[in-house]
Amino acid sequence: MSNILIICRKELKSYFASPVAYLLLAMFALIFGFFFWSSLQAFVYYGIQSQMRGQSFPMNLNEQLIRPLLSNVSVIGLFFIPMISMRLFAEEKRTGTIELLATSPIRDIEVIIGKWLAAMALYSCLLVFTALNFAFLFRYGNPDWKPLAIGYLGLLLQAGGLLAVGTFISSLTKNQIIAGAATFGVCLLLWVIEWPTSFETATWARVLSYLSVVTHFESFGKGVLDTKDAIYYVTLIFFGLFLTSRSMESLRWRS
Amino acid sequence: MITVKGLTKRYAHNLAVDGISFEVPKGQIVGFLGPNGAGKTTTMRILTCFLPPTAGSATVAGFDVLEQPMEVKKRIGYLPETPPLYPEMEVDEYLTFVGKLKGLRGAELRQRVEYVLERCAVADMRKRLISKLSKGYRQRVGLAQAIIHNPDVLILDEPTAGLDPKQINETRDLIRALAGDHTIILSTHILPEVEQTCDHVIIINKGKLVAIDTVHNLQNRARGGESVLVEVASADGDLDQATVQRRLEQVVGVSRVVPKQSQGTRAVFEVESLKERSIRADVARAVVQSGWDLNELRSAAMSLEEVFLQLTGAEGPEAKEKAEELVAEGATK
Repeated sequence: MSNILIICRKELKSYFASPVAYLLLAMFALIFGFFFWSSLQAFVYYGIQSQMRGQSFPMNLNEQLIRPLLSNVSVIGLFFIPMISMRLFAEEKRTGTIELLATSPIRDIEVIIGKWLAAMALYSCLLVFTALNFAFLFRYGNPDWKPLAIGYLGLLLQAGGLLAVGTFISSLTKNQIIAGAATFGVCLLLWVIEWPTSFETATWARVLSYLSVVTHFESFGKGVLDTKDAIYYVTLIFFGLFLTSRSMESLRWRS
Repeated sequence: MITVKGLTKRYAHNLAVDGISFEVPKGQIVGFLGPNGAGKTTTMRILTCFLPPTAGSATVAGFDVLEQPMEVKKRIGYLPETPPLYPEMEVDEYLTFVGKLKGLRGAELRQRVEYVLERCAVADMRKRLISKLSKGYRQRVGLAQAIIHNPDVLILDEPTAGLDPKQINETRDLIRALAGDHTIILSTHILPEVEQTCDHVIIINKGKLVAIDTVHNLQNRARGGESVLVEVASADGDLDQATVQRRLEQVVGVSRVVPKQSQGTRAVFEVESLKERSIRADVARAVVQSGWDLNELRSAAMSLEEVFLQLTGAEGPEAKEKAEELVAEGATK
């Protein structure tokens, strides 16, 4: 356990020792800030319009603002996750420090989980910026916090799965750019894979739709904790980390 | 401390290490010598549990590298060819991190970090970013991380590669100073390094063990007995080389006299003795009594370089045959 924390702290430190973390945080804050501002504008506009028409159906912060924003975060995340995970193993392989880790009395799985946790921690830092924006809604409005919490849980689970896959891809190459590009490709694919299935009901369409990371986020976004979706993400996490450990093992055999 | 038996490592298409066996007793510095691509790094990586062997066994401090890798890793300090440094860390931060990886905690950790900072002479760089260090300092930080957990065995892969002569000397001194506390294996393809640093030499070539002995023995073994260079001069007129050679051959204990060069009144001979015979005094006497001048008389110990070339050169044709056999085998399959 303590070995995991040692690795995790070292990884976090190297994220923040380089401009990488700050750049990601700044870009994310900017992009999400823009989404938040424009969505809020629209929300306020529709609010005023419906009042003027004398319509009585109530506006709902959770349904009409927070939910679409959380879906946005889940998609923006797809673009940021490769940049978080790409250096995890590729950099160690390039500089040869992987030899230090592999010849220290510490298990491979401890290294892998440590690195993955550090990536999760950085992603959580990104989410903190969204929380800052949402805090204004709580200050001036009265949204329900429970669906929001479940939404965050969903975001973390989704990122966990994709980061695990990213960690695996990073362990396959010495080149960060290759790792990043491949992870980005996989993320995009797992997003768009459900697009052609909207008009299909055949089995292949249901399988594709099930594979998509974004469809599983829908229920979380609504504030519904669906075990089926949670299991999908948890499986993805285990699968990614398991493949990484196989990949580290094979490093020893192939080298 | 280290026992290696029939160690073999086969990659997809080539045999990197081929049935190597050797033992290293506690407290010795052993030089691992061979041309580039001889299998030095592979052998070291197997000893550090980075790579598993294809066949054979290796034990470090009584623990097998395949069966109990964790125990082996606790007892080994390893400096790979490029020091495994994180450029974004400060020196003491890096050493603390490695110390933790190796299982040190609390006061012991702090004390070991202080100790290795002093020992490897990097204490004044402790707050420097590793990316800002010169190559020589990086190498020393690399050594410092290898000894941080006070391992029984130190494995150093080309510890002086890429350093300037002054840094090479400093690194060698440091390694020699560490010898008391640790058993050290260091690999190199630079021969003088082994002569200066190591007690024992293991020579490998093309994955095979060529020789294992002390530096002194190896130098003598290649040649048989003692060998001295004699320069003889004549005080009056020309010197007949053949006469001198015949006179020297008559000296008791001399096995062979090889004329090296002859210039007018001077001639140089290489005189070899029979095994375990000291001939210098007799040679000197013979020259002087014959009325010649003895200009120089010095030991012509073979340099390790010659020994090395002799040993690996002799292996050359055989190894080539072997390689051709392998190719033929592959072709028939």
